[in-house]
Amino acid sequence: MAYTEEELKKELETKEYEYGFYTDIESDTFPVGLNEEIVIAISKKKEEPEWMTQWRLEAFKAWKLMEEPKWANITYPKPDFQAISYYSAPNSKPKYDSLDEVDPELLDTFKRLGISLDEQKKLAGVAVDIVMDSVSVATTFKKTLAEKGIIFCSISEAIKEHPELVKKYMGSVVPQKDNFYAALNAAVFSDGSFCYIPKGVRCPMELSTYFRINQAGTGQFERTLVIADEGSYVSYLEGCTAPSRDENQLHAAVVELIALDDAEIKYSTVQNWYPGDKEGKGGVFNFVTKRGICHRNSKISWTQVETGSAVTWKYPSCILKGDNSIGEFYSIAVTNNYQQADTGTKMIHIGKNTRSTIISKGISAGKSQNSYRGLVQVNSRAKNARNFSQCDSLLMGNDCGAHTFPYIEVKNKTAQIEHEATTSKIGEDQIFYCNQRGIDTEKAIALIVNGFSKEVLNKLPMEFAVEAQKLLEISLEGSVG
Amino acid sequence: MAFENNIDVEHPVHDIRSEAFKNFEEKGFPTKKEEAWKYTSLKSLQKIDFSIFPKEVNALENKQVKKYFLQEIDTFKIVFVDGIYSSFLSETTHDGVDICLMSAALTKPMYKQYIDVYFNKVASKDDSLTTLNTAFSREGAFIYIPKNKMPKKPVEIVHFSTGNEASLMIQPRNLIIAEENAELQVIERHQSLTTNEVLTNVVTEIFAAKNAIIDYYKIQNDAKTASLIDNTYINQKSNSVVKVHTFSFGGKLTRNNLNFYQNGEYIDSTMKGITILGDKQHVDHHTLVHHIEPNCESHQDYKGVYGENSTGVFNGKIIVDKIAQKTNAFQQNNNILISDKATINTKPQLEIFADDVKCSHGCTIGQLDEDALFYLQSRGIPKKEARALLMYAFANNVLESVRISELKTSINRLIAEKLGVRLGFDL
Repeated sequence: MAYTEEELKKELETKEYEYGFYTDIESDTFPVGLNEEIVIAISKKKEEPEWMTQWRLEAFKAWKLMEEPKWANITYPKPDFQAISYYSAPNSKPKYDSLDEVDPELLDTFKRLGISLDEQKKLAGVAVDIVMDSVSVATTFKKTLAEKGIIFCSISEAIKEHPELVKKYMGSVVPQKDNFYAALNAAVFSDGSFCYIPKGVRCPMELSTYFRINQAGTGQFERTLVIADEGSYVSYLEGCTAPSRDENQLHAAVVELIALDDAEIKYSTVQNWYPGDKEGKGGVFNFVTKRGICHRNSKISWTQVETGSAVTWKYPSCILKGDNSIGEFYSIAVTNNYQQADTGTKMIHIGKNTRSTIISKGISAGKSQNSYRGLVQVNSRAKNARNFSQCDSLLMGNDCGAHTFPYIEVKNKTAQIEHEATTSKIGEDQIFYCNQRGIDTEKAIALIVNGFSKEVLNKLPMEFAVEAQKLLEISLEGSVG
Repeated sequence: MAFENNIDVEHPVHDIRSEAFKNFEEKGFPTKKEEAWKYTSLKSLQKIDFSIFPKEVNALENKQVKKYFLQEIDTFKIVFVDGIYSSFLSETTHDGVDICLMSAALTKPMYKQYIDVYFNKVASKDDSLTTLNTAFSREGAFIYIPKNKMPKKPVEIVHFSTGNEASLMIQPRNLIIAEENAELQVIERHQSLTTNEVLTNVVTEIFAAKNAIIDYYKIQNDAKTASLIDNTYINQKSNSVVKVHTFSFGGKLTRNNLNFYQNGEYIDSTMKGITILGDKQHVDHHTLVHHIEPNCESHQDYKGVYGENSTGVFNGKIIVDKIAQKTNAFQQNNNILISDKATINTKPQLEIFADDVKCSHGCTIGQLDEDALFYLQSRGIPKKEARALLMYAFANNVLESVRISELKTSINRLIAEKLGVRLGFDL
C-alpha cells in the first residue's frame, strides 16, 4: 500500500504525546500569586544572601512597570501572572550522595523518559544535574569534575558557595530589565544550573541538565549561568519533557553564557514539552531568553531542536564583543497541530573579524505557525565581519504557515553578509523519484525530512543526536524512519 | 490653516476625502515605533512648515527643463509645476486613449464611470500618508487605455517644483487603468529646480485588467532638499504583466511603498530597483506582493550602492494566501557599502500559508571583488573606472529589463554621472 501524505497527516494529528504522565511526588508549593512578599519568601526559602534578595526585588520592581511583548507572530491567551504558584520543590529532601537514595518514583519517571541515570553515568559519561520542578535533586559526577576544578552545581548552591562568580556574571549578559520575561525570571527564578570551567580546562564530558515541569499549576523559572574562563571548553546539553496537562503552563527561563578569551561553549537544547492536544488545548508556553557573550577569539555555538511547547518565543543570541570571535546558531523547529513557534537568533557583531553562521530549519505541519525571526547587526567598528544565514522552511499540508522575518543592519563597509531563505513542500517529483527506485512513500518522506534537517542534527553531540532523532519521530512520526 | 477655503465640498469624491481625512487625523504621521517605519524617521520633515496650497503659478521655459525629459524620442507629457498643471509643457491626448488630468477625470461626467469603479479602490484606506493624499490631493495624471489599445508613445509624468514657496508640500494623485489586452509605458519623475525644501507625497493607483501589460519607470534623481514619499498600489487581473522599475539616485529622503495585489491567475509581477546614494541621503524601499490566487509569479530584484553617510533600507514582504498554490515568488536584494559611515538595513520577509509554493529570498551585503578590481587595473583601466565598471556590472541585471532603449541610455548616463566617471561607451 502506498503511504500517502494524507495518511501521514492523519497519523500526525492523532499522535498522542508519549511522555505525558504525571509523577506523584508530594510537593512543597507556595500559594498562587506574585508580590514582593513572595519574592522575598522565595529568596528566604533558598537561604540566599541579602544582595541576592535585593537583586530579585529590583527586577520585580522593573517587571511591574513592563508590558508583555506583543510583536511576536504568535497568539495565545495572556497568562494570568497572579494565578501561578512561583515555587514548588519536591519535598523528599534532595542532597543525595548516590542514586540509591533518590525517590524510586522519580527514578522511574526518568526511566520512562529514557534517561536512565545509571546508564548514562556508565555509558555516556554524562554528568546530569536533574532539575525536577525547580530544585536540583541529583548531581552526579561531581567529584570527577571537582578534580579538574570545574564547578557544576545548582544555581542556588552557587549563590551560597561561589557568590563572587555569581555576583560578577549574573545579569551581565541578560540584565534584570532586559525584557518582560527576563525580568520576571530574575525576580522569581527558583533554581537552575551553574557551571564554571577554569582557565585552560577542557571539560572531559558533556554537561547535561534535564528540565521537567511536573507540579500542576507551577511555573518553571530556570536560570542557567555558564562561564568558560580563558582557553577553556565546555559542551552543555539541556533537554526537556513535560507531562500532559490541560491548563497552559508558563516557562520563562534565562540562560547566560560567558565565553572569556579563547574559550568555547557549545550549548545544545532538545525541547519537547507538552505541545497541547490536537485541538490546540493545553500545552506549555515557552518564553525563553538565551544569550551569550563572546570575548576575544572565543566561540559560542547554539544548537536547538524544538519540537514541543504550544507557544515558543525564543531567540538564542550571541554578542560578538571580542575580536575574532565566532557565533553559531543551528536550529530545527518542528510545529504540528496548533503549535506556534517564533524563534531565531541575534548576532551582534561588535569586535573585528567576527564571524557568525545561522542555519535554521522550520518544519510546519497540521494547523501550526512557524516563524523565523533573526537579527544580524554589524556595528560601525566591526571590521571584516562575516555572516552567513540560511533559513529553510518545509510545509506539510495546507493549513500551516511558515514565516521569515530576518533583520539585517550593517554599518560597516567591510562586512560581508549573505542571507538566503526558501520555502517549499516535499516535492512530488522527489517522492516519485524515490518510489521509482523502490523506496515507499513513507520512507521517502523520512529520507527527505532527514536530509532537510541533517545540517543541524549533525551539530548535536553524539549522546544527544539519538534523543533528537527520537523527538523528531514523536513530532512527525511516520515521516522519520 | 484654513483648509476649508480650499476644499470643494460639492466635489464628487468629497465623501471619500473626508473619510480619509478622519483616518489621518486619528493616525497622524507614522513614527519609528511602527514596524513599517522602524528605519525611516519623518521627524526632520515634520519640523518644516510646508505650505500645502501654493499661491502663485510659476511659468517655466521649455529650455529650462528640457533636460529632464526623454530627448531622443517623442512622448506624451503630463507636466505639473508646483503641483499645478502646465498645459504649455504638456502633451495630452484623447485620441483613442485618455492621457489627461486627474482633475478633469474627477469633474467631467464622462469619466464618472471610471472614478466610481477605480478611484481609491486599491489604495490603502488606513495607511496614514495615503489617506493624507486622498484627503488633499487635487491634481495628477489620469490614464485610461481601453481594450486592445496601446498609446503610440510612452507617457512621461513630470512634477517640477520651482521654489516659489520656502517649503512646499505637493500631493499628486495618479490613476492608471489598462483594460483587457491594453499596453502602456509610463515614466514618472519628480524634480525640484531650487534648493528650497519640497516634500512630495504621491499616490498612484494602477489597474491592469486581463492580459494587460504595463511598464512603469520611476526616476528619482531629485535635489538634495527634496523628499519623496511614493505610494503605489497595483491591482492585477489574470495573465497581466506589470513591471515597476525604480531608479533612486537623489533626494534627501525617499520612501517607496510599492504594493502589488494579484487578483487573478497566471499573473506576473516584477519590481526592480537600482539605488546609488551618497551624502546623507536616505532611501527606503518597502515592497509588498500579495499572492491571492494560484499559479502566479513575482520577481523582485533590488541592487544598492551606498556611499558617504547614506542609509538604505529594503523591506520586502511576500504574502502567499492559503489558496495561492503553485506560487513562485522570488526576491533578491544585493548591496554594496562603499563608505564606513553608510548604513544598510534590510528585512526580506516571507509569510506563507500555502504548501505547494516555491518562495525564496536572498540578500547580500558586501564589497567589490578586490581580485576583479586588480585584474581590471592590470589591464590598464584606472581604479576609479574599474570600480565604476564593476558597479555597472553589479546593477546591470536590473537595467536589462528596461524596454525603452532611450531610457536605458539616459539611466546609464545618470549612473555614470553618479559614480563620477566617463566610460566612453554606452551599455
